[in-house]
Amino acid sequence: MEKIYSRPKALQNRATGYCPGCLHGTTVKIIAELIDEFGIQDSTVAVLPIGCSALDCWSFETDMIISLHGRAPATATGIKRNAPEKTVIVIQGDGDLASIGLAEIMHAANRGENLTVIFMNNGIFGMTGGQMAPTTLIGQKATTAQGGRTEAHGYPMHMCEILNELKAPYYIQRCAMDSPAHVREAKKAIRKGLENQMNGKGFSFIELMSNCPTNWSMSAEKSIEYMREYTLKEFQIGVYRDGGEK
Amino acid sequence: MAKVEIRSEFCKSCKLCIMACPKDVLAVGSKVNAAGYEVVEMKEGAECIGCASCAVMCPEAAIEVYK
Ligand code: SF4
Ligand code: SF4
Repeated sequence: MEKIYSRPKALQNRATGYCPGCLHGTTVKIIAELIDEFGIQDSTVAVLPIGCSALDCWSFETDMIISLHGRAPATATGIKRNAPEKTVIVIQGDGDLASIGLAEIMHAANRGENLTVIFMNNGIFGMTGGQMAPTTLIGQKATTAQGGRTEAHGYPMHMCEILNELKAPYYIQRCAMDSPAHVREAKKAIRKGLENQMNGKGFSFIELMSNCPTNWSMSAEKSIEYMREYTLKEFQIGVYRDGGEK
Repeated sequence: MAKVEIRSEFCKSCKLCIMACPKDVLAVGSKVNAAGYEVVEMKEGAECIGCASCAVMCPEAAIEVYK
């Protein structure tokens, strides 16, 4: 028998820092697989945020840096401009990217920085204990919206659609992490995002719809069902821009 | 024939692999790892087709697939 699927080398030899069933783990795994497949482990820099995505620091076996809250795109801009030979992968959660870091991501995208940004959207502030995020669904419960989010809190923000209003971005896609087929599609999208960077094409943005079993207060299996029933209806997966064309 | 091997030290018993498997091959076993999680294992007599759906979903990269 031949081994057809193995644990990637670009992962550290330890369990992740994530809760059981958290799709952040699946995400860091498929990114590590791509790093192996491209053979870029020595030249990759992972730029991590504040929030649960920062726990990728227990997973990646590459160079990495954890930025100030929301500032990962700015940190990554500095790294990429000074070391263009590096592959710079920015990973941010929705609390980090769409809230405190909203200005940074808008301007990095507007400058068309040659970066690959992975946006983990699980609709909640995970690390700090389940507070409402800009992406929380109307009616979805959070510790700061115990009866569920209402219109008075504003509406879920769709970052792919918002970034797609800008002229400079090269590639924008939203994927989901709820099934093997969708995870394979997400890996393809990230591959494209990395190839774009290697070919100097500019800004690639891949949003990954994800879960948070702990703060959604449900089992991992239930969180997948919740995503299919609610999250993926609000956030449509698909390619928003490919090749600089809207 | 195909089979999966679970790196039991990494498993967190989340069951996403069980949910993903089209052939109902996997189940939570009785073995508990050092972190206290009941590790997933192949069911006796189950027929794995080597599709790797379980491994693709696993957040801990704990599953390796042979075909
Ligand atoms: S998906 Fe991975 S971590 Fe979760 S139960 Fe299966 S083997 Fe264990
Ligand atoms: S490889 Fe496919 S058939 Fe085998 S256990 Fe995994 S999901 Fe099931």
